[in-house]
Amino acid sequence: MRDSWSSALVAAPLAVVLTTLGTVACGSESAQPSSDELIVFAASSLTEAFIAIGVEFEEANPGTDVTFNFLGSTELVAQLLQGAPAAVFVAADDVNMAKVLDAGENDGEPVVFAGNTFEIIVEPGNPQGIHDLADLADQDLIVVLCADSVPCGRGAATILTNAGVDLTPKSFDERVKGVVTKVTSGEADAGIVYVTDVLAVGAAADGVAIPAELNVINRYSAVVTRSAPNSAVARTFVDFVASARGQAILAAHGFLAP
Amino acid sequence: MKRQRGRTNLPVPAIALACSAIAFFALPLIGLLWRAPWSQAWRYINDDASLAALRLSLICSLWATVLSIVFGVPLAWLLARVQFRGRSFVRALCTLSMVLPPVVGGVALFFALGRRGIVGQYLDRWFDLRLPFTTAGVVLAQTFVAMPFLVVTVEAALRQLDGRLEDAARTLGGAPWYTFRRVTLPAIGPAVVAGSVLAWARALGEFGATITFAGNFPGTTQTMPLAVFLSLETNPEKAIVLALVLIVISFTVLVVLRDRWFFGRNGGSSTALP
Repeated sequence: MRDSWSSALVAAPLAVVLTTLGTVACGSESAQPSSDELIVFAASSLTEAFIAIGVEFEEANPGTDVTFNFLGSTELVAQLLQGAPAAVFVAADDVNMAKVLDAGENDGEPVVFAGNTFEIIVEPGNPQGIHDLADLADQDLIVVLCADSVPCGRGAATILTNAGVDLTPKSFDERVKGVVTKVTSGEADAGIVYVTDVLAVGAAADGVAIPAELNVINRYSAVVTRSAPNSAVARTFVDFVASARGQAILAAHGFLAP
Repeated sequence: MKRQRGRTNLPVPAIALACSAIAFFALPLIGLLWRAPWSQAWRYINDDASLAALRLSLICSLWATVLSIVFGVPLAWLLARVQFRGRSFVRALCTLSMVLPPVVGGVALFFALGRRGIVGQYLDRWFDLRLPFTTAGVVLAQTFVAMPFLVVTVEAALRQLDGRLEDAARTLGGAPWYTFRRVTLPAIGPAVVAGSVLAWARALGEFGATITFAGNFPGTTQTMPLAVFLSLETNPEKAIVLALVLIVISFTVLVVLRDRWFFGRNGGSSTALP
């Protein structure tokens, strides 16, 4: 008697668990993108520009539904190579695009659609009077850079080498937005970030231009993935990004023409 | 595992579910072990940057644990024993950092203790004291996220403790501090250890608040989790090895202290865990 009781006690939650698992399984099946749903994996520096592009793309293509996953390019590559369901992959630099091409996860050639250069980000009004890269070497300044492992860090390192400036930052951030936060919150005096990042925070920071001959240009490219369930729609999206309208939106957010 | 008298009376389905839970935790670890580049392991561990990160992690997490005990035990005692208005509000406030995304916690610390922060601006102006980008900043960020684990554990133990013991001590003439030190503290000892271990483990693994508030610089603020994360981008093999080092250390401490304190003495103290 007691035994049947205890097995009932166990059986009930077990049934619940199994039912839930069943539901989840069914749910994930029905969550598979319909033919007009488009999942785009895009580098996080594109967030503002691509949201605007997504809105216009949906208007121009009634019935399509664009969903974005914005993350650092490196993390996106990792997710993609682990089988994440992206129809379009957009990288912030050639290194990360090459990883996807090397793995054969692409369907067709990538399209280079924009460039981005670097700027010195300073507090609003530039209270420390930073006018060029050499000013950053001042020992009293708190300078923050991206780590060498991410595209913005590689860019900053190249720029400083080009300028012959040797400096010791207080921190190597793993994300470009981390550098931006440290400057906008007033904890750091300056950093080297993308022009688009300075533009994105508006009045919270100012930018000091870096001369073109010292600067680095990162190339943004987009590719349709091999596993895209709807490669025609995916290709339409990539074309839209490269179109005159897409380029106008990107330019408004500070991106360079390819 | 040997079958002990009167213990393993669980029906088969429950055992099956329990084993699934064990597999759920074990498989990711096995995955790491499976992918670990064993032939290179020692070379990855035995380099200056890794050793500096390891040393910094141990020092900072221990300091964070000490601070958590010194401030957290009295806080838990206050929450469990003293009736005051807005107590549930204060309790929620003090455990907020458990649910706050750590990066947000780091930014919040800026607003409080950064050089433009509510308090930080005066630390900077009057004492020339700056916490961001320092090792002290790492300790602070870790304490911020770790202390609630100790507070919750110790408070639960205090609530389980028979309040009449303390009443008796007081009736017999014990001053509040004496009662706390000689009656309360010994009774909740195991819970304090349990909470400290949890807080320490949380501090050791802390990433988001640390990199935001203290930054990432080798030797001063780059702890093991930061080193692991950055290695993931450039050298995933090294990241796995460093992560395993972190796991082995915390695993050893959890296993040793758990057997010794949670079940060794009176078996019942495991209720102190949240």
